[in-house]
Amino acid sequence: MTNTHKPTAVSRLLTSHVPGMERLRVLSASGQLGFGIVQESLARGLQRKPHFIGCDMGSIDPGPFYLGSGQMAAPKDMVLRDLELVLLAARQLDVPLIIGSAGTAGAKPQLEATLALLQEVAQKHGLSFSVATVSSDVPRQILIQAVQDGRLKSLDPEGVALPLPVPHPSQIECATHIVAQCGTHTFMQALAQQPDVLIAGRSCDTAIFAALPQMLGYDPALSLHMAKIIECTSLCCTPGGRDAILAELGLSDFILESMNPNSHATPASVAAHALYEQADPWVVEEPEGTLHLHHAKYTAIDAHRTQVSGAQFVPRLAPTLKVEGAVHTGSRAVLLAGVADPRMIEMLPDALQVVLERVQKLVPGPWSMVPHVYGQGAVRSLPPAHRSLHEIGLVIEFLAPTANLAKTAASVFKQNLLHFGFPGRLSTGGNLAFAFTPSEIEANECYQFMLYHQLVGVSPQEVFGIEMHAWNFEEAMA
Amino acid sequence: MAQHALPLTELASVIRSKNAGPLCVTLDLFFRDQKAYERAAQSDALKLSAIAALYGLLSSQIKRFDLPEILAIKLSMPRTVCAGHPGDGDLYGAQQHAPLLTLRV
Repeated sequence: MTNTHKPTAVSRLLTSHVPGMERLRVLSASGQLGFGIVQESLARGLQRKPHFIGCDMGSIDPGPFYLGSGQMAAPKDMVLRDLELVLLAARQLDVPLIIGSAGTAGAKPQLEATLALLQEVAQKHGLSFSVATVSSDVPRQILIQAVQDGRLKSLDPEGVALPLPVPHPSQIECATHIVAQCGTHTFMQALAQQPDVLIAGRSCDTAIFAALPQMLGYDPALSLHMAKIIECTSLCCTPGGRDAILAELGLSDFILESMNPNSHATPASVAAHALYEQADPWVVEEPEGTLHLHHAKYTAIDAHRTQVSGAQFVPRLAPTLKVEGAVHTGSRAVLLAGVADPRMIEMLPDALQVVLERVQKLVPGPWSMVPHVYGQGAVRSLPPAHRSLHEIGLVIEFLAPTANLAKTAASVFKQNLLHFGFPGRLSTGGNLAFAFTPSEIEANECYQFMLYHQLVGVSPQEVFGIEMHAWNFEEAMA
Repeated sequence: MAQHALPLTELASVIRSKNAGPLCVTLDLFFRDQKAYERAAQSDALKLSAIAALYGLLSSQIKRFDLPEILAIKLSMPRTVCAGHPGDGDLYGAQQHAPLLTLRV
Protein backbone atom coordinates (compact mmCIF):
# COMPACT_ATOMS: atom_id res chain seq x y z
CA MET A 1 0.00 0.00 0.00
CA THR A 2 1.51 3.27 -1.07
CA ASN A 3 -0.39 6.35 -0.14
CA THR A 4 1.63 9.34 -1.22
CA HIS A 5 -0.76 11.75 0.49
CA LYS A 6 -0.39 10.16 3.88
CA PRO A 7 1.94 12.23 6.04
CA THR A 8 5.26 10.58 6.89
CA ALA A 9 7.74 11.16 9.67
CA VAL A 10 9.84 13.38 7.42
CA SER A 11 6.94 15.34 5.93
CA ARG A 12 5.51 15.94 9.38
CA LEU A 13 8.82 17.26 10.69
CA LEU A 14 9.38 19.49 7.67
CA THR A 15 5.93 21.06 7.95
CA SER A 16 5.67 21.33 11.73
CA HIS A 17 9.08 22.41 12.98
CA VAL A 18 9.88 26.11 12.93
CA PRO A 19 13.49 27.05 13.71
CA GLY A 20 13.57 29.78 16.32
CA MET A 21 10.32 28.62 17.93
CA GLU A 22 11.98 25.70 19.61
CA ARG A 23 15.32 23.93 19.34
CA LEU A 24 15.65 20.92 17.08
CA ARG A 25 16.34 17.87 19.23
CA VAL A 26 18.61 15.41 17.43
CA LEU A 27 19.27 12.03 19.01
CA SER A 28 22.37 10.13 17.94
CA ALA A 29 21.54 6.60 19.04
CA SER A 30 24.62 4.76 17.84
CA GLY A 31 27.99 5.44 16.31
CA GLN A 32 28.46 1.76 15.47
CA LEU A 33 25.06 0.22 14.97
CA GLY A 34 25.25 -3.51 15.51
CA PHE A 35 27.71 -3.53 18.40
CA GLY A 36 25.10 -3.08 21.11
CA ILE A 37 23.22 0.15 21.79
CA VAL A 38 23.19 1.01 25.50
CA GLN A 39 19.48 0.61 26.12
CA GLU A 40 19.13 2.76 29.27
CA SER A 41 20.75 5.76 27.58
CA LEU A 42 18.65 5.32 24.46
CA ALA A 43 15.52 5.22 26.64
CA ARG A 44 16.54 8.49 28.34
CA GLY A 45 17.03 10.03 24.91
CA LEU A 46 13.59 8.93 23.77
CA GLN A 47 12.00 10.53 26.83
CA ARG A 48 13.30 13.83 25.51
CA LYS A 49 11.11 13.44 22.41
CA PRO A 50 13.76 13.86 19.73
CA HIS A 51 12.69 15.33 16.39
CA PHE A 52 14.69 12.63 14.63
CA ILE A 53 17.02 9.72 15.39
CA GLY A 54 20.25 9.04 13.56
CA CYS A 55 22.73 6.16 13.62
CA ASP A 56 26.08 5.67 12.01
CA MET A 57 26.82 2.10 11.08
CA GLY A 58 30.11 2.15 9.26
CA SER A 59 33.64 3.27 8.83
CA ILE A 60 36.70 2.57 6.73
CA ASP A 61 38.60 1.85 9.97
CA PRO A 62 38.03 -1.91 10.16
CA GLY A 63 40.08 -2.30 6.99
CA PRO A 64 39.65 -3.50 3.43
CA PHE A 65 38.05 -6.88 4.24
CA TYR A 66 34.54 -5.51 4.77
CA LEU A 67 34.48 -3.29 1.70
CA GLY A 68 36.11 -6.02 -0.36
CA SER A 69 33.92 -8.91 0.78
CA GLY A 70 30.67 -7.03 1.25
CA GLN A 71 30.28 -8.64 4.68
CA MET A 72 29.24 -6.76 7.81
CA ALA A 73 31.70 -6.28 10.64
CA ALA A 74 28.95 -6.39 13.27
CA PRO A 75 27.36 -9.74 14.16
CA LYS A 76 23.99 -10.18 12.46
CA ASP A 77 22.11 -10.90 15.69
CA MET A 78 23.37 -7.65 17.24
CA VAL A 79 22.53 -5.66 14.12
CA LEU A 80 19.02 -7.07 14.34
CA ARG A 81 18.81 -6.17 18.03
CA ASP A 82 20.00 -2.61 17.49
CA LEU A 83 17.81 -2.09 14.43
CA GLU A 84 14.81 -3.28 16.42
CA LEU A 85 15.56 -0.80 19.21
CA VAL A 86 15.86 2.23 16.95
CA LEU A 87 13.12 1.31 14.50
CA LEU A 88 10.53 0.68 17.21
CA ALA A 89 11.54 3.93 18.91
CA ALA A 90 11.28 5.97 15.71
CA ARG A 91 7.95 4.46 14.72
CA GLN A 92 6.48 4.92 18.21
CA LEU A 93 7.47 8.58 18.25
CA ASP A 94 6.71 8.82 14.52
CA VAL A 95 9.98 10.61 13.84
CA PRO A 96 12.49 10.04 11.04
CA LEU A 97 15.16 7.38 11.47
CA ILE A 98 18.34 7.91 9.47
CA ILE A 99 21.06 5.27 9.15
CA GLY A 100 24.31 5.89 7.30
CA SER A 101 27.10 3.62 6.02
CA ALA A 102 24.87 0.55 6.19
CA GLY A 103 26.58 -2.73 6.99
CA THR A 104 30.06 -1.30 7.75
CA ALA A 105 31.43 -0.30 4.35
CA GLY A 106 28.13 0.72 2.77
CA ALA A 107 28.54 -1.31 -0.43
CA LYS A 108 25.53 -2.80 -2.26
CA PRO A 109 25.47 -6.21 -0.49
CA GLN A 110 25.75 -4.47 2.88
CA LEU A 111 22.98 -2.00 2.14
CA GLU A 112 20.78 -4.88 0.97
CA ALA A 113 21.59 -6.98 4.02
CA THR A 114 20.79 -4.09 6.38
CA LEU A 115 17.55 -3.39 4.56
CA ALA A 116 16.59 -7.08 4.79
CA LEU A 117 17.21 -7.06 8.55
CA LEU A 118 15.15 -3.89 8.93
CA GLN A 119 12.37 -5.55 6.98
CA GLU A 120 12.58 -8.56 9.30
CA VAL A 121 12.01 -6.25 12.27
CA ALA A 122 9.15 -4.47 10.51
CA GLN A 123 7.51 -7.79 9.67
CA LYS A 124 7.92 -9.13 13.20
CA HIS A 125 6.18 -6.07 14.65
CA GLY A 126 3.62 -5.58 11.87
CA LEU A 127 4.80 -2.09 10.97
CA SER A 128 3.96 -0.09 7.90
CA PHE A 129 6.15 2.74 6.72
CA SER A 130 8.24 3.97 3.83
CA VAL A 131 11.98 3.62 3.44
CA ALA A 132 14.29 5.58 1.20
CA THR A 133 17.58 3.93 0.28
CA VAL A 134 20.65 5.56 -1.17
CA SER A 135 23.18 3.34 -2.90
CA SER A 136 26.78 4.54 -2.89
CA ASP A 137 28.42 2.17 -5.37
CA VAL A 138 30.32 4.03 -8.04
CA PRO A 139 29.85 2.79 -11.61
CA ARG A 140 33.24 1.62 -12.95
CA GLN A 141 32.86 3.59 -16.15
CA ILE A 142 32.67 6.86 -14.22
CA LEU A 143 35.95 6.09 -12.48
CA ILE A 144 37.73 4.86 -15.58
CA GLN A 145 36.72 8.03 -17.39
CA ALA A 146 37.89 10.08 -14.39
CA VAL A 147 41.29 8.34 -14.41
CA GLN A 148 41.65 9.06 -18.12
CA ASP A 149 40.70 12.72 -17.58
CA GLY A 150 42.91 13.12 -14.50
CA ARG A 151 39.87 13.71 -12.27
CA LEU A 152 40.75 11.00 -9.76
CA LYS A 153 43.26 12.53 -7.38
CA SER A 154 45.28 11.68 -4.34
CA LEU A 155 43.50 12.58 -1.16
CA ASP A 156 46.20 14.31 0.76
CA PRO A 157 45.12 17.65 2.09
CA GLU A 158 47.91 17.82 4.67
CA GLY A 159 50.74 16.34 2.66
CA VAL A 160 51.19 13.77 5.41
CA ALA A 161 49.47 10.73 3.90
CA LEU A 162 51.15 7.63 2.60
CA PRO A 163 50.88 7.84 -1.20
CA LEU A 164 48.35 5.45 -2.72
CA PRO A 165 48.80 5.46 -6.51
CA VAL A 166 45.85 6.30 -8.74
CA PRO A 167 44.87 2.87 -10.07
CA HIS A 168 45.04 1.91 -13.70
CA PRO A 169 41.63 1.44 -15.40
CA SER A 170 42.25 -2.32 -15.54
CA GLN A 171 42.70 -2.37 -11.74
CA ILE A 172 39.44 -0.47 -11.33
CA GLU A 173 37.71 -3.22 -13.33
CA CYS A 174 39.15 -5.77 -10.87
CA ALA A 175 37.90 -4.09 -7.67
CA THR A 176 35.24 -6.05 -5.83
CA HIS A 177 33.45 -2.97 -4.48
CA ILE A 178 33.91 0.74 -4.99
CA VAL A 179 31.86 3.23 -3.01
CA ALA A 180 31.76 6.99 -2.63
CA GLN A 181 30.94 8.81 0.59
CA CYS A 182 27.48 10.24 0.12
CA GLY A 183 27.14 13.81 1.33
CA THR A 184 24.50 15.97 2.95
CA HIS A 185 23.00 17.21 -0.32
CA THR A 186 22.26 13.70 -1.54
CA PHE A 187 20.71 12.86 1.83
CA MET A 188 18.54 15.96 1.42
CA GLN A 189 17.39 14.74 -2.00
CA ALA A 190 16.49 11.36 -0.55
CA LEU A 191 14.66 12.97 2.37
CA ALA A 192 12.77 15.19 -0.06
CA GLN A 193 10.99 11.96 -1.10
CA GLN A 194 9.51 12.14 2.40
CA PRO A 195 10.21 8.67 3.76
CA ASP A 196 9.84 7.55 7.36
CA VAL A 197 13.24 5.87 7.37
CA LEU A 198 16.38 6.57 5.34
CA ILE A 199 19.13 3.99 4.96
CA ALA A 200 22.18 4.92 2.96
CA GLY A 201 25.20 3.03 1.76
CA ARG A 202 28.60 4.60 2.36
CA SER A 203 27.94 8.05 3.79
CA CYS A 204 29.73 10.99 5.27
CA ASP A 205 29.05 10.66 9.00
CA THR A 206 27.90 14.25 8.94
CA ALA A 207 25.18 13.72 6.32
CA ILE A 208 23.20 11.52 8.73
CA PHE A 209 22.69 14.40 11.14
CA ALA A 210 23.12 17.54 9.02
CA ALA A 211 20.65 16.87 6.18
CA LEU A 212 17.33 17.36 8.01
CA PRO A 213 18.53 20.48 9.88
CA GLN A 214 19.64 22.06 6.60
CA MET A 215 16.28 21.24 4.98
CA LEU A 216 14.65 23.03 7.90
CA GLY A 217 16.82 26.07 7.28
CA TYR A 218 19.42 25.71 10.02
CA ASP A 219 22.90 27.08 9.43
CA PRO A 220 24.99 24.58 7.41
CA ALA A 221 28.14 25.24 9.48
CA LEU A 222 26.36 24.68 12.79
CA SER A 223 24.51 21.60 11.60
CA LEU A 224 27.66 20.05 10.13
CA HIS A 225 29.70 20.78 13.25
CA MET A 226 26.96 19.27 15.40
CA ALA A 227 26.81 16.25 13.10
CA LYS A 228 30.58 15.78 13.18
CA ILE A 229 30.53 15.61 16.96
CA ILE A 230 27.44 13.52 17.62
CA GLU A 231 28.11 10.83 15.00
CA CYS A 232 30.37 9.19 17.63
CA THR A 233 27.60 9.48 20.28
CA SER A 234 29.09 10.18 23.73
CA LEU A 235 32.72 9.77 22.69
CA CYS A 236 33.06 13.56 22.97
CA CYS A 237 32.27 13.37 26.69
CA THR A 238 34.31 12.65 29.79
CA PRO A 239 34.46 9.79 30.42
CA GLY A 240 33.75 9.00 26.77
CA GLY A 241 31.33 6.25 25.96
CA ARG A 242 28.99 4.67 23.47
CA ASP A 243 25.81 6.06 25.01
CA ALA A 244 23.26 8.01 22.97
CA ILE A 245 23.78 11.76 22.87
CA LEU A 246 21.23 14.53 22.38
CA ALA A 247 22.02 17.71 20.49
CA GLU A 248 19.65 20.66 20.74
CA LEU A 249 20.19 22.82 17.69
CA GLY A 250 19.27 26.48 17.72
CA LEU A 251 19.77 29.38 15.34
CA SER A 252 23.25 30.29 16.52
CA ASP A 253 24.50 27.37 18.62
CA PHE A 254 23.85 23.81 19.67
CA ILE A 255 23.88 22.15 23.07
CA LEU A 256 25.33 18.69 23.66
CA GLU A 257 24.09 16.39 26.37
CA SER A 258 25.00 12.76 26.88
CA MET A 259 22.09 10.50 27.72
CA ASN A 260 24.37 8.79 30.23
CA PRO A 261 24.15 11.00 33.34
CA ASN A 262 27.71 10.03 34.31
CA SER A 263 29.24 10.99 30.96
CA HIS A 264 29.72 14.75 30.75
CA ALA A 265 30.07 16.97 27.70
CA THR A 266 32.56 19.58 28.93
CA PRO A 267 34.09 22.36 26.81
CA ALA A 268 37.46 20.58 27.03
CA SER A 269 36.12 17.14 26.17
CA VAL A 270 34.08 18.42 23.22
CA ALA A 271 36.90 20.58 21.86
CA ALA A 272 39.30 17.66 22.23
CA HIS A 273 36.98 15.46 20.19
CA ALA A 274 37.68 17.66 17.14
CA LEU A 275 41.13 16.05 17.08
CA TYR A 276 39.83 12.50 17.00
CA GLU A 277 40.65 10.60 13.79
CA GLN A 278 41.25 13.91 12.02
CA ALA A 279 44.62 14.67 10.43
CA ASP A 280 43.78 18.37 10.73
CA PRO A 281 41.89 19.49 13.85
CA TRP A 282 40.51 22.66 12.30
CA VAL A 283 39.38 21.64 8.85
CA VAL A 284 36.77 19.05 7.84
CA GLU A 285 36.37 18.41 4.14
CA GLU A 286 32.83 17.67 3.00
CA PRO A 287 31.61 16.93 -0.55
CA GLU A 288 29.87 20.31 -0.63
CA GLY A 289 32.58 22.42 0.97
CA THR A 290 34.95 22.87 3.88
CA LEU A 291 34.01 23.18 7.54
CA HIS A 292 36.41 25.43 9.48
CA LEU A 293 36.60 25.07 13.24
CA HIS A 294 39.22 27.74 14.01
CA HIS A 295 36.63 29.99 15.64
CA ALA A 296 34.53 27.31 17.28
CA LYS A 297 33.50 28.24 20.82
CA TYR A 298 32.73 25.77 23.57
CA THR A 299 30.93 27.02 26.67
CA ALA A 300 29.73 25.06 29.69
CA ILE A 301 25.99 25.30 30.37
CA ASP A 302 26.44 23.25 33.52
CA ALA A 303 28.65 20.35 34.59
CA HIS A 304 26.92 18.00 32.14
CA ARG A 305 26.21 20.08 29.02
CA THR A 306 28.23 22.20 26.62
CA GLN A 307 27.11 24.82 24.15
CA VAL A 308 28.94 25.05 20.82
CA SER A 309 29.02 27.85 18.25
CA GLY A 310 31.33 29.58 15.81
CA ALA A 311 32.05 27.01 13.06
CA GLN A 312 32.24 28.37 9.52
CA PHE A 313 31.40 26.67 6.25
CA VAL A 314 32.86 27.57 2.89
CA PRO A 315 30.88 25.92 0.08
CA ARG A 316 32.66 24.51 -2.96
CA LEU A 317 31.58 25.47 -6.45
CA ALA A 318 31.42 21.84 -7.53
CA PRO A 319 31.14 18.90 -5.14
CA THR A 320 34.04 16.46 -4.67
CA LEU A 321 33.56 12.86 -3.65
CA LYS A 322 35.78 10.63 -1.56
CA VAL A 323 35.93 7.18 -3.16
CA GLU A 324 36.97 3.94 -1.48
CA GLY A 325 37.70 0.70 -3.28
CA ALA A 326 39.03 -2.73 -2.36
CA VAL A 327 40.37 -5.54 -4.46
CA HIS A 328 40.51 -9.27 -3.78
CA THR A 329 44.11 -10.44 -3.43
CA GLY A 330 43.64 -14.10 -2.47
CA SER A 331 43.19 -16.13 0.68
CA ARG A 332 44.88 -16.06 4.04
CA ALA A 333 45.90 -18.75 6.51
CA VAL A 334 47.61 -17.96 9.80
CA LEU A 335 49.93 -19.97 11.99
CA LEU A 336 49.86 -19.21 15.72
CA ALA A 337 52.70 -20.30 18.01
CA GLY A 338 54.91 -19.17 20.86
CA VAL A 339 58.64 -19.48 21.47
CA ALA A 340 60.27 -19.42 24.91
CA ASP A 341 63.81 -20.51 24.10
CA PRO A 342 66.19 -17.52 23.90
CA ARG A 343 68.41 -19.31 21.41
CA MET A 344 65.51 -19.97 19.06
CA ILE A 345 64.29 -16.40 19.51
CA GLU A 346 67.71 -15.15 18.54
CA MET A 347 67.77 -17.48 15.53
CA LEU A 348 64.26 -16.64 14.41
CA PRO A 349 64.94 -14.22 11.53
CA ASP A 350 67.33 -16.75 9.98
CA ALA A 351 65.06 -19.66 10.81
CA LEU A 352 62.09 -18.03 9.05
CA GLN A 353 64.19 -17.37 5.97
CA VAL A 354 65.67 -20.87 5.74
CA VAL A 355 62.35 -22.55 6.41
CA LEU A 356 60.69 -20.32 3.80
CA GLU A 357 63.18 -21.46 1.18
CA ARG A 358 62.67 -25.10 2.12
CA VAL A 359 58.91 -24.90 2.06
CA GLN A 360 58.91 -23.05 -1.25
CA LYS A 361 60.53 -26.16 -2.72
CA LEU A 362 58.08 -28.48 -0.99
CA VAL A 363 54.96 -26.43 -1.77
CA PRO A 364 55.43 -24.78 -5.15
CA GLY A 365 53.14 -21.94 -6.09
CA PRO A 366 52.60 -18.20 -5.75
CA TRP A 367 52.18 -18.03 -1.97
CA SER A 368 53.91 -15.61 0.37
CA MET A 369 54.69 -15.50 4.07
CA VAL A 370 54.31 -12.42 6.29
CA PRO A 371 55.62 -12.89 9.85
CA HIS A 372 54.38 -10.89 12.86
CA VAL A 373 56.80 -11.55 15.71
CA TYR A 374 55.11 -10.24 18.85
CA GLY A 375 57.60 -9.17 21.50
CA GLN A 376 60.09 -8.26 18.82
CA GLY A 377 58.37 -5.34 17.13
CA ALA A 378 55.28 -6.72 15.41
CA VAL A 379 53.13 -3.69 16.27
CA ARG A 380 55.83 -1.22 15.34
CA SER A 381 59.59 -1.61 15.02
CA LEU A 382 61.33 -1.85 18.39
CA PRO A 383 64.87 -0.87 19.30
CA PRO A 384 66.94 -4.04 19.95
CA ALA A 385 67.13 -3.32 23.69
CA HIS A 386 63.32 -3.50 23.94
CA ARG A 387 62.91 -6.81 22.10
CA SER A 388 61.88 -9.72 24.28
CA LEU A 389 64.30 -12.60 24.52
CA HIS A 390 62.23 -14.68 26.93
CA GLU A 391 58.96 -15.27 25.18
CA ILE A 392 57.59 -14.22 21.83
CA GLY A 393 54.32 -14.75 20.00
CA LEU A 394 54.30 -15.73 16.36
CA VAL A 395 51.47 -14.90 14.00
CA ILE A 396 52.55 -15.87 10.53
CA GLU A 397 50.30 -15.02 7.59
CA PHE A 398 50.29 -17.13 4.47
CA LEU A 399 48.77 -15.44 1.46
CA ALA A 400 47.91 -17.40 -1.67
CA PRO A 401 45.48 -17.33 -4.59
CA THR A 402 43.48 -20.17 -3.02
CA ALA A 403 42.59 -21.05 0.56
CA ASN A 404 43.91 -24.56 0.00
CA LEU A 405 47.36 -23.38 -1.04
CA ALA A 406 47.57 -20.91 1.85
CA LYS A 407 46.62 -23.62 4.36
CA THR A 408 49.00 -26.16 2.83
CA ALA A 409 51.90 -23.71 2.97
CA ALA A 410 51.04 -22.87 6.60
CA SER A 411 50.92 -26.54 7.65
CA VAL A 412 54.17 -27.51 6.00
CA PHE A 413 55.84 -24.33 7.27
CA LYS A 414 54.72 -25.10 10.82
CA GLN A 415 56.21 -28.57 10.81
CA ASN A 416 59.49 -27.37 9.32
CA LEU A 417 59.83 -24.51 11.78
CA LEU A 418 58.93 -26.81 14.70
CA HIS A 419 61.83 -29.11 13.90
CA PHE A 420 64.26 -26.59 12.42
CA GLY A 421 67.78 -27.49 13.48
CA PHE A 422 70.39 -24.85 14.13
CA PRO A 423 73.90 -24.77 15.64
CA GLY A 424 73.79 -24.71 19.43
CA ARG A 425 70.18 -25.91 19.56
CA LEU A 426 69.27 -27.48 22.91
CA SER A 427 65.53 -27.79 22.32
CA THR A 428 65.51 -30.82 20.08
CA GLY A 429 61.97 -31.68 21.19
CA GLY A 430 60.59 -28.78 19.12
CA ASN A 431 61.02 -25.03 18.62
CA LEU A 432 57.39 -23.95 18.96
CA ALA A 433 54.69 -23.98 21.63
CA PHE A 434 51.09 -24.36 20.46
CA ALA A 435 48.13 -23.33 22.61
CA PHE A 436 45.87 -25.57 20.51
CA THR A 437 45.77 -27.53 17.31
CA PRO A 438 45.21 -27.04 14.48
CA SER A 439 47.53 -24.09 15.02
CA GLU A 440 47.26 -23.17 11.36
CA ILE A 441 43.90 -21.62 10.61
CA GLU A 442 42.11 -20.54 7.47
CA ALA A 443 41.64 -16.81 7.94
CA ASN A 444 39.18 -15.59 5.33
CA GLU A 445 39.66 -14.06 1.96
CA CYS A 446 42.16 -11.28 1.59
CA TYR A 447 41.55 -7.78 0.27
CA GLN A 448 43.48 -4.56 -0.08
CA PHE A 449 42.45 -0.96 -0.45
CA MET A 450 43.22 0.16 -3.97
CA LEU A 451 41.18 3.34 -3.89
CA TYR A 452 41.07 6.04 -1.27
CA HIS A 453 40.97 9.05 -3.53
CA GLN A 454 39.16 12.20 -4.41
CA LEU A 455 36.85 12.19 -7.41
CA VAL A 456 36.16 15.57 -8.97
CA GLY A 457 34.02 16.72 -11.87
CA VAL A 458 31.23 14.22 -11.24
CA SER A 459 27.66 15.00 -10.33
CA PRO A 460 26.53 13.13 -7.21
CA GLN A 461 23.30 12.25 -9.06
CA GLU A 462 25.36 10.10 -11.44
CA VAL A 463 26.78 8.10 -8.54
CA PHE A 464 24.15 7.79 -5.84
CA GLY A 465 20.90 5.96 -6.48
CA ILE A 466 17.82 6.93 -4.46
CA GLU A 467 14.95 4.43 -4.23
CA MET A 468 11.70 4.42 -2.28
CA HIS A 469 10.21 1.30 -0.70
CA ALA A 470 6.76 1.17 0.84
CA TRP A 471 6.30 -1.57 3.42
CA ASN A 472 2.98 -2.62 4.79
CA PHE A 473 3.03 -5.39 7.35
CA GLU A 474 0.00 -4.29 9.38
CA GLU A 475 -2.37 -6.40 7.29
CA ALA A 476 -0.20 -9.46 7.72
CA MET A 477 -0.53 -9.07 11.48
CA ALA A 478 -4.28 -8.41 11.46
CA MET B 1 64.92 26.43 29.03
CA ALA B 2 64.20 23.11 30.73
CA GLN B 3 66.11 22.64 33.97
CA HIS B 4 65.86 18.86 33.98
CA ALA B 5 63.71 16.77 31.69
CA LEU B 6 60.44 15.28 32.95
CA PRO B 7 58.73 12.18 31.57
CA LEU B 8 56.06 13.12 29.02
CA THR B 9 53.77 10.59 30.71
CA GLU B 10 53.78 12.74 33.87
CA LEU B 11 52.79 15.89 32.00
CA ALA B 12 50.14 14.43 29.72
CA SER B 13 46.69 13.14 30.58
CA VAL B 14 46.16 11.56 27.17
CA ILE B 15 48.71 10.23 24.69
CA ARG B 16 46.91 8.44 21.88
CA SER B 17 47.17 7.45 18.24
CA LYS B 18 44.55 6.60 15.66
CA ASN B 19 44.20 6.31 11.90
CA ALA B 20 42.89 9.33 10.06
CA GLY B 21 41.87 7.30 7.02
CA PRO B 22 43.88 4.28 5.87
CA LEU B 23 46.92 6.33 4.84
CA CYS B 24 47.50 8.61 7.86
CA VAL B 25 48.07 8.16 11.54
CA THR B 26 47.52 11.00 13.98
CA LEU B 27 48.90 11.35 17.50
CA ASP B 28 47.13 13.47 20.10
CA LEU B 29 48.72 14.70 23.31
CA PHE B 30 46.60 16.40 25.95
CA PHE B 31 48.36 18.04 28.89
CA ARG B 32 47.39 18.31 32.53
CA ASP B 33 47.79 22.07 32.84
CA GLN B 34 49.12 25.20 31.18
CA LYS B 35 52.62 24.73 32.56
CA ALA B 36 52.85 21.17 31.33
CA TYR B 37 51.55 22.19 27.91
CA GLU B 38 54.04 25.03 27.57
CA ARG B 39 56.92 22.91 28.68
CA ALA B 40 56.06 20.23 26.12
CA ALA B 41 55.26 22.70 23.34
CA GLN B 42 58.66 24.32 23.71
CA SER B 43 60.68 21.16 24.20
CA ASP B 44 63.17 19.82 21.70
CA ALA B 45 61.76 16.32 22.10
CA LEU B 46 58.54 17.27 20.30
CA LYS B 47 60.18 19.23 17.49
CA LEU B 48 59.40 17.95 14.03
CA SER B 49 62.98 16.77 13.57
CA ALA B 50 62.89 14.78 16.82
CA ILE B 51 59.51 13.21 16.04
CA ALA B 52 60.71 12.42 12.52
CA ALA B 53 63.75 10.61 13.93
CA LEU B 54 61.58 8.75 16.45
CA TYR B 55 59.21 7.51 13.72
CA GLY B 56 61.78 7.03 10.97
CA LEU B 57 60.27 9.74 8.76
CA LEU B 58 61.35 13.06 7.29
CA SER B 59 60.38 16.27 9.07
CA SER B 60 58.46 17.28 5.96
CA GLN B 61 56.23 14.20 6.34
CA ILE B 62 54.95 15.33 9.72
CA LYS B 63 52.50 18.08 10.52
CA ARG B 64 52.25 19.45 14.02
CA PHE B 65 49.30 21.43 15.35
CA ASP B 66 49.56 23.34 18.62
CA LEU B 67 46.23 23.94 20.34
CA PRO B 68 46.95 26.04 23.45
CA GLU B 69 43.22 26.67 24.10
CA ILE B 70 42.74 22.99 24.88
CA LEU B 71 46.34 22.28 26.00
CA ALA B 72 46.90 19.82 23.18
CA ILE B 73 49.46 19.01 20.53
CA LYS B 74 48.59 16.98 17.45
CA LEU B 75 51.07 15.23 15.17
CA SER B 76 49.88 13.78 11.84
CA MET B 77 52.05 11.55 9.69
CA PRO B 78 51.87 8.85 7.02
CA ARG B 79 51.31 5.24 8.01
CA THR B 80 54.20 2.89 7.25
CA VAL B 81 51.87 0.77 5.10
CA CYS B 82 48.29 1.31 3.98
CA ALA B 83 45.83 -0.06 6.56
CA GLY B 84 45.33 -3.77 5.93
CA HIS B 85 48.12 -4.20 3.37
CA PRO B 86 50.39 -7.20 4.03
CA GLY B 87 52.84 -6.32 6.78
CA ASP B 88 50.51 -3.92 8.58
CA GLY B 89 50.70 -4.65 12.28
CA ASP B 90 48.22 -2.07 13.57
CA LEU B 91 45.16 -1.72 11.38
CA TYR B 92 43.48 1.00 13.45
CA GLY B 93 46.78 2.73 14.18
CA ALA B 94 45.80 2.79 17.84
CA GLN B 95 49.17 1.66 19.25
CA GLN B 96 51.49 3.96 17.33
CA HIS B 97 51.82 6.33 20.27
CA ALA B 98 54.16 3.91 22.06
CA PRO B 99 57.44 5.68 21.11
CA LEU B 100 56.12 8.88 22.76
CA LEU B 101 55.71 7.15 26.12
CA THR B 102 59.42 7.14 26.90
CA LEU B 103 60.08 10.76 25.87
CA ARG B 104 61.31 13.31 28.40
CA VAL B 105 60.66 16.99 27.92
